[in-house]
Amino acid sequence: MANMNPKRNEMPVQAPEVRNRNFEEVALGYTAEQAMDEATRCLGCKQMPCVAGCPVKIHIPAFIAKVAEGDFEGAYQIIAEASSLPAVCGRVCPQENQCEGKCVRGIKGESVAIGRLERFVADWHNANAHAADRKRPAPNGHKVAVIGSGPSGLTCAGDLAKKGYDVTIFEALHLAGGVLVYGIPEFRLPKAIVQKEIAGLQALGVRIETNTVVGKTVSVDELMAEEGFEAVFIGSGAGLPKFMGIPGENLKGVYSANEFLTRINLMKAYLPDSDTPIQHAKRVAVVGGGNVAMDAARCAKRLGAEVYIVYRRGMEELPARREEVEHAMEEGIIFKTLTNPTEILGYQNPEDKRDPMNGFVAGMRCVEMELGEPDASGRRRPVEKADSSFLLDVDCVIMALGTSPNPLIKSTTEGLETTKWGGIIADENGQTSRRSVYAGGDAVTGAATVILAMGAGKTAAAAIDKELMGN
Amino acid sequence: MFEIVKKKSLNPTVTQMEITAPRVARKAEPGQFVILRTDEQGERVPLTIADFDRERGTVTVIFQVVGSTTEKLNHLKEGDCLQDLVGPLGKATHTDGLKKVAVVGGGVGCAIAFPVAKKLHSLGCEVHAIVGFRNRDLVILEQEFAQNSAKLVRMSDDGSWGEQGLVTDALKALIESGETYDQVITIGPLVMMKFVCQLATQYGLKCIASMNPVMIDGTGMCGGCRLSVGGKTVFACVDGPEFDGALIDFDEAIARSAMYRGFERHRHDETCNLFAKEVE
Repeated sequence: MANMNPKRNEMPVQAPEVRNRNFEEVALGYTAEQAMDEATRCLGCKQMPCVAGCPVKIHIPAFIAKVAEGDFEGAYQIIAEASSLPAVCGRVCPQENQCEGKCVRGIKGESVAIGRLERFVADWHNANAHAADRKRPAPNGHKVAVIGSGPSGLTCAGDLAKKGYDVTIFEALHLAGGVLVYGIPEFRLPKAIVQKEIAGLQALGVRIETNTVVGKTVSVDELMAEEGFEAVFIGSGAGLPKFMGIPGENLKGVYSANEFLTRINLMKAYLPDSDTPIQHAKRVAVVGGGNVAMDAARCAKRLGAEVYIVYRRGMEELPARREEVEHAMEEGIIFKTLTNPTEILGYQNPEDKRDPMNGFVAGMRCVEMELGEPDASGRRRPVEKADSSFLLDVDCVIMALGTSPNPLIKSTTEGLETTKWGGIIADENGQTSRRSVYAGGDAVTGAATVILAMGAGKTAAAAIDKELMGN
Repeated sequence: MFEIVKKKSLNPTVTQMEITAPRVARKAEPGQFVILRTDEQGERVPLTIADFDRERGTVTVIFQVVGSTTEKLNHLKEGDCLQDLVGPLGKATHTDGLKKVAVVGGGVGCAIAFPVAKKLHSLGCEVHAIVGFRNRDLVILEQEFAQNSAKLVRMSDDGSWGEQGLVTDALKALIESGETYDQVITIGPLVMMKFVCQLATQYGLKCIASMNPVMIDGTGMCGGCRLSVGGKTVFACVDGPEFDGALIDFDEAIARSAMYRGFERHRHDETCNLFAKEVE
């Protein structure tokens, strides 16, 4: 008989007033007892609606059954069949819209905490097993290049390496991981976990060439014609930041969320021994309401600032995960919803042209909004309230308005078709307009989630295998 | 990996380094840049490619010691390796169809102006090089410019080398004497480039300036290197680094370049103390 407790096991977290001053992980993970108890809440439904909600189709009831038995390594092996990055997904997947959103237990209570169980299993494995234990598959003699070491690239590379392909990942930055290392902060996804997952891929034989910008250092065509790669997977993400186009956006103290997060996460600007600077602002406005905005706001808070989220729609419309919004609120982030910036003001000392503070942000002019008729996306369109202009006293502004795909590869790969907004056009198997060139993740869809990118990497790996091996 | 195969001091604060980076050397063109890191804690610094040797698989950078990173870089010796080096980034200088060009370099910017002059000269373009330094002790690449230009004008602030005056004085004198150019290309301090571009524009000459703002990734991701050019926001790393000088908002670029000045000064002092302790 299943454990019929309608409530899921709470996961211990760092207290908000403690964690908003450090960069250590917020959620602390289940103990073995908590995990086993939570696992007994699973009904083991035959139809497995949870699996249907998983973009990489992890056999969820089977791994949970292993957890309930206390066979954690067995549970890990079941997850690993489908997912290359379980410790990552257990932390950053929007499970409430995926597996957990479909869980039968969620109808009359709380769904089984599938994400927390996945995280527990992956962490248990990482603590108790070694990457070197994994057997290297027999080489099949085929070479595949993967561009970008984010979630889609790592997944594609992992799946191909497991089948014996000789896989090389090309990464533009100096460290592999893509958005997992430059974008998602340490307190949500510790970088040591990402490095462990990547070491696991390397143990499978995947080579990683960092500091290589495909489209600049080498082109897709050169990889195929001169370096012997039979297929290429493009997982270069959506890295180009957007700005609003309002006056004052180029003042000192205005960051794209990409820049702010990269300085903190990749370059470790929050640590005293890092050579990379970051502004230690007193009052920060983060413009936007998505997960990236929450990440930027929570980072700014940890650097000691008072932080506002400025979003033009209401609390209900925030595109960020509910959990991220709750965490941000607990940590003392102030939500200024139904608010839209119109201008960023700069400081100018009238007496002293050489005042070093000249040209730094000294405030942001905003207007209040109200929600009108639904627009094409079905969301109610925000409309400016008359005479509602006010000044928000801030010395730093972070623009978290979304990103679009980088044109570097497109512009250097002849015959690679893209959409009007720059997304690479690929079919349901990841096949692009160029033979043997595949693409997936944000480079195709525009900014989305880690798990959708992983799903695309997985699909493309299967399609590449089919093309090269006729399987 | 990225081994320093040759290191040469060009003047008391400017150093030239030839670094092994075969993939970069294979693709590099004048006007492009690399981003390097000295060590695990190091920041990513963009440096324009001063020269490259495709056969040896090396690129050469020339840098002035201005902050903690260039201080650390300057402490590396031949045989040492850089932590990271990526490139070539940015767009190459457009040299097609240019018959007569004034290349105006100032200070360490001459290191970047030189490969441009060299390429134009090798293509048969008549290059007038106008190079300026504060004083004779800071002069770099004099021979190289002399060998790769039809005319070399030497300027110094104090008159200790060539003529006393600014590079704009020299450019103006040449134009007034009847010289005309398909294009003026200027590389140096922002203030200098601002006035070179103003002058060229006054005389109806097209002027290209090479910008070197603060950036992180160099691939268009961070947006830290953004500039206003013709009223539009552009990214120096992918849209540049060279832009039409008549359209660049230099005052904004000058302001943005000072964003981390306080941090840099502090960090530089710390690094100097660190090296001083090593010596003790």
